[in-house]
Amino acid sequence: MPRRDKGGHDKGDKGAWATTLIITMSKPEQIDLDKLEQELLAAIEAAADLRALEQIRVGAVGKKGRISGLMKGLGALPPEQRKTYGQAVNALKAKVMEALEARKEALAQAELDARLAAENADISLPVRPAPLLEGRLHPISQVMDELTEIFADLGFSIAEGPDIEDDFHNFTALNIPPEHPARQEHDTFYFNERQDGSRLVLRTHTSPVQIRTMMSTKPPIRIIAPGRVYRCDSDQTHTPMFHQVEGLVIDQETHLGHLKWVLQEFCKAFFEVDSVKMRFRASHFPFTEPSLEVDIGYAKQGNEIRIGEGDQWLEILGCGMVHPNVLKNVGLDPAQYQGFAFGVGIDRLAMLKYGMPDLRAFFAADLRWLKHYGFSMLDVPTLSGGVGA
Amino acid sequence: MKFTLSWLKEHLETDASLSEIVDTLTQIGLEVEAVTDPAAVLKGFKVAFVERAEKHPNADKLKVALVSDGQTTHQVVCGAPNCRTGMKGVFAPPGAYIPGSDFTLKKAKIRGVESSGMLCSERELEISDEHTGIIELPDDAEVGSEAAKALGLDDPVIEIAITPNRPDCTGVRGIARDLAAAGLGRLKPDPIKPIEGEGACPQKIALEFPENKQDACPVFAGRIIEGVKNGPSPAWLQQRLKAIGLRPINALADITNYICFDRARPLHVYDADKLNGVIRARLGKAGETFLALDGKRYEVDGEMTVIADDSGVLGLAGIIGGEETGVTEQTRRVFIESAYFDPIRTAMAGRKLQITSDARFRFERGIDPQSVNLGLDYATKLITEICGGKPSLVEIAGQVPKTDRTIRFKTAEVGRLTGLSLQPDDITAPLKKLGFKLKGRGKDDGGEFDVSVPSWRPDISGPADLVEEVMRLVGVDKVPATPMTRPSGVARPVLTEAQKRVRRARRILAGRGLIEAVTWSFISRSQAKRFGGGAEALELANPISSEMSSMRPSLLPGLLAAVQRNFDRGLGDHALFEVGQAYRGTKPGDQFVAASGVRLGTARPEGAGRFWSGDNRVVNLFDAKTDAEAVLMGLGIKTGTLQVAREAPGWFHPGRSGALKLGPKNVLAYFGELHPGLLAEIGLSGPVAAFEIFLDNLPVPRRKAGRTRPALQISDLQPVRRDFAFVLDAAVPAGELLRAAWGADKKLIEQVTLFDVFEGGNLGEGQKSLAIEVTLQPREKTLTDEEIDAVAAKLVAAVEKATGAQLRG
Repeated sequence: MPRRDKGGHDKGDKGAWATTLIITMSKPEQIDLDKLEQELLAAIEAAADLRALEQIRVGAVGKKGRISGLMKGLGALPPEQRKTYGQAVNALKAKVMEALEARKEALAQAELDARLAAENADISLPVRPAPLLEGRLHPISQVMDELTEIFADLGFSIAEGPDIEDDFHNFTALNIPPEHPARQEHDTFYFNERQDGSRLVLRTHTSPVQIRTMMSTKPPIRIIAPGRVYRCDSDQTHTPMFHQVEGLVIDQETHLGHLKWVLQEFCKAFFEVDSVKMRFRASHFPFTEPSLEVDIGYAKQGNEIRIGEGDQWLEILGCGMVHPNVLKNVGLDPAQYQGFAFGVGIDRLAMLKYGMPDLRAFFAADLRWLKHYGFSMLDVPTLSGGVGA
Repeated sequence: MKFTLSWLKEHLETDASLSEIVDTLTQIGLEVEAVTDPAAVLKGFKVAFVERAEKHPNADKLKVALVSDGQTTHQVVCGAPNCRTGMKGVFAPPGAYIPGSDFTLKKAKIRGVESSGMLCSERELEISDEHTGIIELPDDAEVGSEAAKALGLDDPVIEIAITPNRPDCTGVRGIARDLAAAGLGRLKPDPIKPIEGEGACPQKIALEFPENKQDACPVFAGRIIEGVKNGPSPAWLQQRLKAIGLRPINALADITNYICFDRARPLHVYDADKLNGVIRARLGKAGETFLALDGKRYEVDGEMTVIADDSGVLGLAGIIGGEETGVTEQTRRVFIESAYFDPIRTAMAGRKLQITSDARFRFERGIDPQSVNLGLDYATKLITEICGGKPSLVEIAGQVPKTDRTIRFKTAEVGRLTGLSLQPDDITAPLKKLGFKLKGRGKDDGGEFDVSVPSWRPDISGPADLVEEVMRLVGVDKVPATPMTRPSGVARPVLTEAQKRVRRARRILAGRGLIEAVTWSFISRSQAKRFGGGAEALELANPISSEMSSMRPSLLPGLLAAVQRNFDRGLGDHALFEVGQAYRGTKPGDQFVAASGVRLGTARPEGAGRFWSGDNRVVNLFDAKTDAEAVLMGLGIKTGTLQVAREAPGWFHPGRSGALKLGPKNVLAYFGELHPGLLAEIGLSGPVAAFEIFLDNLPVPRRKAGRTRPALQISDLQPVRRDFAFVLDAAVPAGELLRAAWGADKKLIEQVTLFDVFEGGNLGEGQKSLAIEVTLQPREKTLTDEEIDAVAAKLVAAVEKATGAQLRG
């Protein structure tokens, strides 16, 4: 079995030059210790690197070093000399050892300093940005998440439905019979006639989700339904595909006053202002009765639209109480159940909040636009952290 | 719908200011789209007198005029043929902005003659298209006064949007009635009185409809006025029509147009001498055509109501009259038609022939059926006043349809649906002003009424409609904003697992440096076919363009088109993704959600393009596989256990792509490099790595009852790592070797990492070397060398058996 190399230390060589420096021993008492001390300390001080210092150490206190020699010679001395001379040699040894150590440390430090000085990177070289800073979420996705967060707080859950709808869900159930003039206004995309003569459509609004929800769920119902919708219309301000969010509440007591409150709460939370000027106007939609349109007040400063200031009005949504015929069409008794519905353009909301001037750019996938108006993945809308980025 | 303030005040007695009127209109559902004050535009334009006009010395067609504005005399060079001494016109001084020509007037020399100011034509003032000469004002116009007043243009014009439910407000009187009901004054009494006429109407009328289609035209009335003198209508009438953008034609035609806007009552006038025999309302017959007043010839069909005489079709009922029987200045005998045509049939005919007209606009919304006689009387009054003549008795065919409807209405409904708390009178008073008749049910009615609906309100059919009337007239702003109670109990997550997955997938991909795009749900059919779609059933019948005709089978075509557009803009290598729906069929269940992405060129998570550190290799299938696995892992899938199959569809490179599958049939994702042929077709110089993740195919995790995590089990025993290198047939997938290694001892083997793949060298043709690091985690006691060797031997045997690999010596 091939074994993984565990590695190990390189022990290095061991005083390869030591022999050449051994000084021939004289009689110990003949040695002038002071002179020796000066000589050694000067040599230590002069050692240029760790290798030179090691040579000096070996020559002084190595096995065959000069001080070691003196120590060995002590035995031959007369006892009365041996003591004092011995002490002097020991003192010398300690002094030299200390100097060696100090010099060693100094040289090591100098060597490290020199290495660090040589390892001098160009810290101005650029690095790659983190991918999570490069990536973007489309404003539509971001605003949908914001809406979800706001309406979740108001007790709404999210419902969804298909883009390809039948006539019943998109029109008839919503109190828009085949000859109703509203059908014309919807600029519907049709699919080719099927064998039974009926034609599927691309949903012209998110309202079919109301029908699907009411037919599959028992009241109380509180949903929003965001999604793609389609109109056969394409010009400066219209795109054949755009996004809406539908809201629906059905129970036994919810009235227009509640609708007004919900929309006020929503606008305040979405535009992150303490008060939004809102104007509710009577209007008409086939699927609500009474019906309202809602404008919000704004001021325009240069490119910027400021919600909650100024005295200009901008229509943002249509709403009303669910029409009794719609309730009947989904099998609910209008005498017992009631509630409201509203529909807002998501793209429109995004444009108002974040200041994109042109709806068409939302779907052009121009990298420059996406990078400029897109959102970081870290901008998760939360109630605690805020629903705007 | 346009009208002027003075016109409104003919029906509404009010002290309200223009701005109050405008605000109230908007509040009650008659949304004001524009208020224009023509006087404001023409401020500074003065009535002027031409003291002298002589031929320009240097030009044959120009004149030099001396023009007095009452204070000064200006010399003006004028090119109008009607410029002459002694006339009165509209003078624009230097510095005035000429709206119809879009320029600001300056002093100038024209052919050597100084000209300061100009005399204006109607087109220059945007009054009409008239530009054959300058405006001639009547002699009594006061020189030096504001021209706007002399032109009758000092009357603000209000334009409102009419919702389809309000045919009554397509006439000024209906608007006045609404304003009165909203408390803005009093509706003046109707001055129109029945005019009986003399002598039987010589023009006979017949309704000829099959039994089951009589509702196409239940009533058709008319009369002849003999001895009329048709010509230009009087100034007041012309001004009213011009103010709302209608071109005056002649008195007879102008009168019908006026009544149409005043009373929402379309009428038609015929030159009776041009009619042949009985005039009939009937259904059209295939092949019949007629020449309409707009100069075009239309072909009718059996579903359209036409007006015909013995010579054939004259006009399209309720939409447009015929050229041949229309009134002219020579008309001496006029026949007035006042009828009721079915809204739906009118709408369908108009839509089919694509004719828009003021009459159609009203008939298709449903005019007041009871206005048949009123229309005749009003027209008779105006015609005899303006054109003279003697009216006959009224000839009538059919019967005015019954319009009396009664709704049982509890006033408590208002509070139930709107939250308004109102006194009974606050509810009944506005309804009465709108023309509803309320009858209490019994002595103590308890707020319950039988409400009869006026004939001009076909939109009112139930109590909710009455609630809307009360709400809009009392004021929507009075509805109290009422907090909704929160559902009781703990806040639950409102997103389903599927919804959460979509949101997470987006943020995972954005976190990997991809940029989210939103592309159209429809693509060209050829692209759809290229990506496995393009079925007939998913083709739009009326697409915006052939590039947007097929519901997309995949998100990749849209993303690739986007990448290509960006590349053509010189924006370099980049990575896009989209999370959205695609379509396998037309049923709701055929729609699926995909998270797909493309990386072009060097667009890798480390960053695209050239860089000093040298990290700029081009993308390959493994980048796409990493993206796909990152998303799947982020969504809770253990990607190590997925099958990797060579099953990616044809738009991928056949050798450099694959599918991540959970079980034999469930594809979670495709990944790979795109087919070079496809890239060549769409003009992208690759390479492009792409992935498609099918979010709906991911298993829905079972929700655990509690949130408690299983207890953490950690071993104090050191893990042991051993390396193995195998030589095997190059065609054997590495995955098989890894799976065999993993499976050798499920208890002890904690991790298997492939750290080297090598081909060539001295391995021999068709061979490769794979090196793995295996981590063993002892659980109870430190492993002995013998135990480790035993596991190693088991692993080698398992790998050999599964892949034929040999341990490298």
